[in-house]
Amino acid sequence: MTLPVQDPSNSFLFGRLSLESIPYHEPILLATFAVVALVGIVVFGALTYFRLWGYLWKEWFTSVDHKKIGIMYMVLGVIMLLRGFADAIMMRLQQAMAFGGSEGYLPAHHYDQVFTAHGVIMIFFVAMPMVTGLMNYVVPLQIGARDVSFPFLNNFSFWMTVGGAIVVMMSLFIGEFSKAGWLAMPPLSGIGASPDVGVDYYIWGLQIAGVGTTLSGINLLVTIIKMRAPGMHMMRMPIFTWTALCTNVLIVASFPVLTAVLVLLSLDRYMGTHFFTNGMGGNPMMYVNFIWIWGHPEVYILILPCFGIYSEVTSTFSGKKLFGYTSMVYATICITILSYLVWLHHFFTMGSGASVNSFFGITTMIISIPTGAKLFNWLFTMYRGRIRFELPMMWTIAFMLTFTVGGMTGVLLAVPPADFVLHNSLFLIAHFHNVIIGGVLFGLFAGMNYWFPKAFGFTLNEFWGKISFWFWVIGYWFAFTPLYILGLMGVTRRMRVFDDPSLQIWFVIAAFGAGLIAIGIGAFLIQIAVSIRDKEKNRDVTGDPWNGRTLEWATSSPPPDYNFAFTPLVRDLDAWHDMKTHGYKRPQSNFAPIHMPRNTGTGVIIAALSVVCGFGLIWYIWWLVALSFGAILAVAIGHTFITDRDFHIPARTVTDTEAARSKLLARGT
Amino acid sequence: MTMTVDTNSTPQFHLSEEPHHPEGASTMLGFWVYLMSDCLIFAVLFAVYAVLGHSFAGGPGPKELFDLELVALNTAMLLFSSITYGFAMLEMARDRVKPMLIWLVITGLFGAAFLTIELTEFSHMIAEGATPQSSAFLSAFFTLVGTHGLHVTFGSIWLITLILQVLRFGLTSFNKRRLMCLSLFWHFLDVIWIGVFTFVYLMGMI
Amino acid sequence: MKRLYLAALSAPFFLVSACKTVVLSPSGDVAAQQKDILLNSTYLMLIIIVPVMLLVVFFAWRYRASNRDATYDPEWSHSTRLELVIWAAPLLIVICLGGLTWVGTHLLDPYRPLDRISSTTKITKDRKPLQVEVVSLDWKWLFIYPEYGIATVNELAAPVDRPIEFKLTSSEVMNAFYVPTMAGMIYTMPGMQTMLHGVINEKGIYDGFSSNYSGAGFSGMRFKFHVVSDADFETWVAKSRASDATLDATAYLSLEQPTENVAPKFYSAVSDELYHDILNMCVAPGTACMDDVMMRDARTRAGQEPMTAMNDADRTAPSEHMTHMAPMDQMGEHAPDEPMKADPTGGGMLRGHGLSQDLTPFFGTKPAASSPDTL
Repeated sequence: MTLPVQDPSNSFLFGRLSLESIPYHEPILLATFAVVALVGIVVFGALTYFRLWGYLWKEWFTSVDHKKIGIMYMVLGVIMLLRGFADAIMMRLQQAMAFGGSEGYLPAHHYDQVFTAHGVIMIFFVAMPMVTGLMNYVVPLQIGARDVSFPFLNNFSFWMTVGGAIVVMMSLFIGEFSKAGWLAMPPLSGIGASPDVGVDYYIWGLQIAGVGTTLSGINLLVTIIKMRAPGMHMMRMPIFTWTALCTNVLIVASFPVLTAVLVLLSLDRYMGTHFFTNGMGGNPMMYVNFIWIWGHPEVYILILPCFGIYSEVTSTFSGKKLFGYTSMVYATICITILSYLVWLHHFFTMGSGASVNSFFGITTMIISIPTGAKLFNWLFTMYRGRIRFELPMMWTIAFMLTFTVGGMTGVLLAVPPADFVLHNSLFLIAHFHNVIIGGVLFGLFAGMNYWFPKAFGFTLNEFWGKISFWFWVIGYWFAFTPLYILGLMGVTRRMRVFDDPSLQIWFVIAAFGAGLIAIGIGAFLIQIAVSIRDKEKNRDVTGDPWNGRTLEWATSSPPPDYNFAFTPLVRDLDAWHDMKTHGYKRPQSNFAPIHMPRNTGTGVIIAALSVVCGFGLIWYIWWLVALSFGAILAVAIGHTFITDRDFHIPARTVTDTEAARSKLLARGT
Repeated sequence: MTMTVDTNSTPQFHLSEEPHHPEGASTMLGFWVYLMSDCLIFAVLFAVYAVLGHSFAGGPGPKELFDLELVALNTAMLLFSSITYGFAMLEMARDRVKPMLIWLVITGLFGAAFLTIELTEFSHMIAEGATPQSSAFLSAFFTLVGTHGLHVTFGSIWLITLILQVLRFGLTSFNKRRLMCLSLFWHFLDVIWIGVFTFVYLMGMI
Repeated sequence: MKRLYLAALSAPFFLVSACKTVVLSPSGDVAAQQKDILLNSTYLMLIIIVPVMLLVVFFAWRYRASNRDATYDPEWSHSTRLELVIWAAPLLIVICLGGLTWVGTHLLDPYRPLDRISSTTKITKDRKPLQVEVVSLDWKWLFIYPEYGIATVNELAAPVDRPIEFKLTSSEVMNAFYVPTMAGMIYTMPGMQTMLHGVINEKGIYDGFSSNYSGAGFSGMRFKFHVVSDADFETWVAKSRASDATLDATAYLSLEQPTENVAPKFYSAVSDELYHDILNMCVAPGTACMDDVMMRDARTRAGQEPMTAMNDADRTAPSEHMTHMAPMDQMGEHAPDEPMKADPTGGGMLRGHGLSQDLTPFFGTKPAASSPDTL
């Protein structure tokens, strides 16, 4: 068989890219493009008009400050959430319409791209950046560090993630995205069944972002091990830092598998090798195994930091020490290890045999033990507490109730005989949205509401926050309860049209739920806008708006560039709580110059070149690949010759900053 | 707790001495963790080779294709390069720039010899018709061995860069750290190669 | 908030009972047992889930900040006894669930032949299982009845209460064969064979479909499963026998081309080796069958000379039509029986043949790389 790479009609200059690749004949895409272009022009114009480019470049894009990078990760996550959710709404509409001979409004060509993009974007470009963003922002503050171990690498990792997102977004307007599902299983994703650029967009988008994720994992892992404040031994680490540590171990120990397996898939597609092909000795089942060896730890990568957020929030808003800190830590470690022993539960129905299936079924159930223990620990943290129902706590309570159901259906799916009837059904879809929305997303909202005042110096508007909360939670149940039921009615996922008209009502309810969630997202955006408008009213002068317990609340909101004027000395698990109860006085004098890393544009440049290189690879524009790859090498090597990488914040500046904070604190009391 | 805390008055909450984390203290650990993640990539490729290593698709197997003498020579090249890198590190410890550079150049030459022999082997196989496209076994073989070769290539580029660095800036603490990292990387590739030699070449002959 | 949650949580249970959930009310014995396991596992878990959820709501309400009557104990954070309980309780549930899983998984293994027709009837010797060979194509189902020599597309029939033994494979991409009312699903994969045993205890027309996404025409990969009396089944077979169409390699190759929403089709005759050839990916003329290739590979591995040169067309046939994995039944027959002979070239222990070896038996006289269309 001839590979598309060898197609003689590929031109030297443009590869297989031609005018036909631009979907100008698709009204939906055209309208989307118009909107995106319009918004883009407005934003671009505004930035230019207000002369913000220089500011953005100097203060943000090139920044190596973990706080700014963390915030940029969150912004990326929110933007991509809008895209991923647009896909979700389109799917819900299609499935609510396509009954009784109606084809709905999306042909297979679009629908299959939409559900693939939805999965890819929500996992890789919403959940991952947001989780990474929160870890980036909070972990160094919680461990009393000035920054992460490798500040430049942090900036570079972020931009690689952005680069991956850009590649995926490009597929909207140039060519098409993958139609092979979010894990691109061969042989469907092989060159025979998917000769188009879609899977290549998928591969290179994930590879570019994957570099960022792996490096950021290494960075945070080393930061937590090496940069903790004196006195903070492992068992004094805040629980969020613990979960971040485990998550980054998982990232480092699982993303290389994804990288490798995608390399093999691309070799199959570009070089005609036979790793996952049907013929010549290839083995598609191997791909399924490898992708889930990465894929299962991946879901724990997302959920563990959220468990950490819930722990911090529960303890803070109950005004109590976390119940069972030690068992919480060991539960987290158990989950980390066990997450590698369960991957086969994603394909019991492949027919691996009863003993193999039951082994993986039972290991999966065993994971529910530490998870259950965690839930009890939160429960008993609330017990004999003084619970303040601020927004973060509301999200946490909603999580506890929602996630429990998701956990239960998860264990149910781990029972192979039950999985044989529910696998790939909408029951499965309902289950994993139950844990990813009810677990990860609620956690991210709890975290954002909790740490927003730390990051920006003012609290988020409560009224709109509550609107957002209720629409999200109720919308979630409306959107996914019908899917549980449809799964029990034997309805499979990824269907585009349906025969049985009695199913329609459930899809309509689900679409209604998605509409509620849309309002929830809208309210969240309004919440941010209103909060910015009212920021003077809601200013947090204390740096500790929730009566927090961990070190990040010891510094001002937002923290100064150097985080802490003096490195704190930790004597207790809840370090800040300990400081507050033992008559801590902020130092006012004797400040020394603080050594800081300098901003650099190298990260942005290499990531941009990677996008160009990826684009060339997708479209077979080899000269562009060679050129951009050479440029990446040159820039990377050139960067090592830059010796001016750091500077000192003069003691004067530190004194001034700290004096300003003293004034602010005095105003607050 | 090693910190001395005065329990009588208000406890101490700050270090009075800075900095707590000296520049570059995390680099070696970070690089080590990176190597472990790279090791996982090789683990996947080894696993793939284990699964596909007997799927010849009716084509030739290891016994028909491999030339152990050539591979043994190649192995020697890489092992020697590791030893010479070690000598370079010893010289670095004594702050003797010139001998260190000489050893580094020798290391680079061994690396280049290794790559040349590997490419010769590949080109012979391809000329005979045993290409990565011929069978799953050959796909897995070329990818595993080729990925190792690519690593050696990047290691060599890195080596040249560091030689230039040392020529330009001397043996600064920066450059020492980088040379230590490359040292780890280079020995790591050696270890991987021993795995390749054993599992791919030797066991393929049995 | 509490009431809202309770309402939200209990609503599904009422609604589920109100609609036709085939998974919870199947007509086949296997699916019925799977349903029992599903429900029992759920009940087992509810033992712990319900109290936890109630406690969440209760604690949240009881220890709200405005309730100054509730005890406030900010330093209380450890209780060994409580810790024991919170680890032991889920552990106990998982032990029970694990037992249920182990037994249930083995009992309901799709590869295991049935030993009963329904909860009350054991299988008798005279009730031989109906053999059906299933092939998922882009995007339709091919069913071959080897005992009857007939085949159908997108329509399946079986006598009621007769055990059915499905052997399944696929032509190009993965699918999953699923008749929810009969038994759980099983993947169909090209070049591999999976198996499924099932039975249906009630006459009727049931839905079957692919439950693993396989591309553009996936939604239309549905078929009706007619479960009828023995006599009606004979009529159905006769109807198929009366069809004009027959299925041989040529007909299969045109059937294999991607089509969507295919109407049921009947074949009065099927060539005997067709299923074997589909499974071994050698229906197209001139392609080597996978089992032959595996045999050759086993010889190569054992260090024997390949017996005959595979001709170029065989070896480098369109890659999508050859395969890799031993179909369980064929592999077992051949490979291990091959005697392991000594290395015929008499090379030393560690001496490979190296590049001096003549590769003509593998690639023919010209290197395969020189023909660009063989990639």
